[in-house]
Amino acid sequence: MDSIIEVKNIHKRFPGVYALRDISFDLLPGEVHALMGENGAGKSTLIKILAGVYDFEGEYLFEGKKVDFKKPIEAIEKGISVIYQELNLCLNLSIEENIYFNRLPINKRGAVDWKTLHIKTREVLQEVGFDVDPKIKVGQLSTAQQQLVEIAKAVSCNARVIIMDEPTSALSPKEIDNLFVIIQKLKNKGVGILYVSHKLDEIISISDRVTVFRDGQKIGTDLTKNMSIDRLISMMVGRVVEDMYPKNPPVFGDNVLEVDDLQNDKLKNISFYVRKGEIVGFSGLMGAGRTELAKAIFGFDDRKKGTVKIEGKIIKPHATWEAKSRGIGYVPEDRKNEGIFGLLSVNKNITIACESENAFWGHIFRKKLNSKVEKIVNSLQVKTPSLDQLVEKLSGGNQQKVVLGRWLIKENIKVLIIDEPTRGIDVGAKTEIYTILDKLAHEGMAIIIMSSELPEILSMCDRIYVMKEGRISGEFLREEATQEKLLEKSII
Amino acid sequence: MPETEGKHYQIKNIFHTEQLSLVIALAVMCISLSILTPVFLTTTNLGNLLKQASIVGIAALGACLIVLIAEIDLSVGTLQAAAGCFMVYMLNNVTKNFFISLILTIIFGGLIGLLNATIVTKGKINSFITTLGTMAIIKGSTFVMTKAESIQNNYVGFDYLGTGSIFGIPVPVIIFAVLCVCVYYLLNFTVLGRNIYAVGGNANAARLSGLNVNKIKIIVFMIGGGLGALTAVISASRLNSGQPTAGTGFELLVISAVILGGVSMTGGRGTLFGVILGVLILSVLSNGLVLLNVSSFFQEIARGLVIIIAVFMDEKRKQSMNKKLLQSKS
Repeated sequence: MDSIIEVKNIHKRFPGVYALRDISFDLLPGEVHALMGENGAGKSTLIKILAGVYDFEGEYLFEGKKVDFKKPIEAIEKGISVIYQELNLCLNLSIEENIYFNRLPINKRGAVDWKTLHIKTREVLQEVGFDVDPKIKVGQLSTAQQQLVEIAKAVSCNARVIIMDEPTSALSPKEIDNLFVIIQKLKNKGVGILYVSHKLDEIISISDRVTVFRDGQKIGTDLTKNMSIDRLISMMVGRVVEDMYPKNPPVFGDNVLEVDDLQNDKLKNISFYVRKGEIVGFSGLMGAGRTELAKAIFGFDDRKKGTVKIEGKIIKPHATWEAKSRGIGYVPEDRKNEGIFGLLSVNKNITIACESENAFWGHIFRKKLNSKVEKIVNSLQVKTPSLDQLVEKLSGGNQQKVVLGRWLIKENIKVLIIDEPTRGIDVGAKTEIYTILDKLAHEGMAIIIMSSELPEILSMCDRIYVMKEGRISGEFLREEATQEKLLEKSII
Repeated sequence: MPETEGKHYQIKNIFHTEQLSLVIALAVMCISLSILTPVFLTTTNLGNLLKQASIVGIAALGACLIVLIAEIDLSVGTLQAAAGCFMVYMLNNVTKNFFISLILTIIFGGLIGLLNATIVTKGKINSFITTLGTMAIIKGSTFVMTKAESIQNNYVGFDYLGTGSIFGIPVPVIIFAVLCVCVYYLLNFTVLGRNIYAVGGNANAARLSGLNVNKIKIIVFMIGGGLGALTAVISASRLNSGQPTAGTGFELLVISAVILGGVSMTGGRGTLFGVILGVLILSVLSNGLVLLNVSSFFQEIARGLVIIIAVFMDEKRKQSMNKKLLQSKS
């Protein structure tokens, strides 16, 4: 059978990162091809290349003919529809308007032909087995139903290929079964489905072939019936490069941070502790509540119930400045929107959290502060032409060091929470960040790492908590933790 | 890779060129006006021009801080009427002392700012809507309290503040100059000033860096209110009375000057120098058009055009900046 989509030797580079390296991949009509890999493995990048969002180096064939999509709309016109994890729907418009968004039927007077629209929408909805009044506003539907609207939209475009990015991440088991029925129908119609997920059981049950990515490279493709969960995990995880993670034997002190029965909308009964000199990791799938936990401890998000104590004393909720003055530092996951001040210089980005300590009646002692900044920049080896450089212009790794430096310049930091310490950072800078963290722990700092990268968690942390759906679902000591155990606790 | 980027391209230069274009615009306007009309360069006219500029300028300093934290204060216009009447009423009937009245009026303005900021931060209502509301409330209250009649000042010497001069320099100009120095110091050398840029540039990151964003917003709104009230006192002093209709459209003039000066409405970007230039350009524009006997209707049109063109240029500049940023990254 001829493939609908085929890509050959594709490369994609981002500033400082090699996102995809020499990828070849194909999709047959009427098959469900699962694409697996950990976060950052390059799945999303491939989707965006197929959908015409990114440009790339290499060859892209659609039904045997070479294509070069300049815009996503060109891919859609060819029949490639993507259903992203974050659905692209207008919640304030009706189902029918959403489905026929850019091609509303028009009557002779140039107005929208609502009757035709209604009939066409009903037909499409029937095809995906969704019985609903097309006039209902999409905002009133559940996430699963909204997803059906997206699928209906793809069907209405006569999609030859439907790419689904983590389609079940927000669905209940029953809704997932329903989705699989629809996928089966689409398959029978000859639609090729690229099913991106990291849920092993689903992939085993729905897909015909599986391709596994790791660190931007294709590890392999095989028929699903030849695969087992164990083999998939080992392909996804691969071998750990040992010397990438510098780790010295730790020395623990007393408990520094104690969290007791913490709760809010996203978190349930979270209790844990971190000792002086200890690196504690939080593992789990995307959306398991790690970032929410970090933000609740730091006082950015509300705490409904429970306490957070530093050295035995309670910190009041919803006050990040209190957390800061009591010795907690937080390096957020979303560096661009929550970490750096893009419009400010490296210098100002580093000093933003410590200015009041270096000021008298509001006047900043700039000279004194500048020499401290220089010391930090040197010790973290931030590569910047000058301290006045806009932080926006640095590479991801250097930006991360700047945000780290913002806390390290303060003398009183006892607990450092780092959310995805190495996301979007190239390998060399990763090791540098790990070295810094290891050194800090040795100097007595308590460090919390929130990470979806298992090797990072396993290699850097002395103790590991696994989170699932806002709860802590498991706790492991460094010696007893394995990738398989962590994955198991985060999935099942 | 980053080591070489800085040499090709310095953001600082762009800010300088941007202000250079404002300086050139101002210079061109002044030179053409002095050629077109001999009155322009007379001391009397320049004095009047600067006095007018100072009144807009003092309020614009406050508005500048507020726009820098990505908020807006529309109530500064009707505050002119309320604070002006408040001042004259204090002088006439309550304290009968200039300095105490002045301080009370500035506190009054600060409290209006506090009210605005409380609604914005605690009520989480967008500042445009909040101050649109308080603007109307202040206006209505002023009419109720004064029965829409102006209050004539009885305190001898009050007019000196708005009309007097020291060594030939009008008092409002001196006040404006002193305040410019203060705001410059605030923005560049104090914790609050640096926090203002941080909050405006990225409020989430500011909170996650342990800054008390709400507190900073409250202080900034209060400073804005206080400066607005001071402007009102100077205007009242020039008229020697409190006018319940004073300041109509004043908020737009002030915000126009701030935007013209290159302060980004999305916050975090802009300089004091730019704002001063914005104030001067608008003042010279309206002064010049009066001298050239252009009808006041056309003056409005001219002002509108100047603002749109200036913001258009600013957008272009931002785009080219982003482009260069991207290029230097890849």
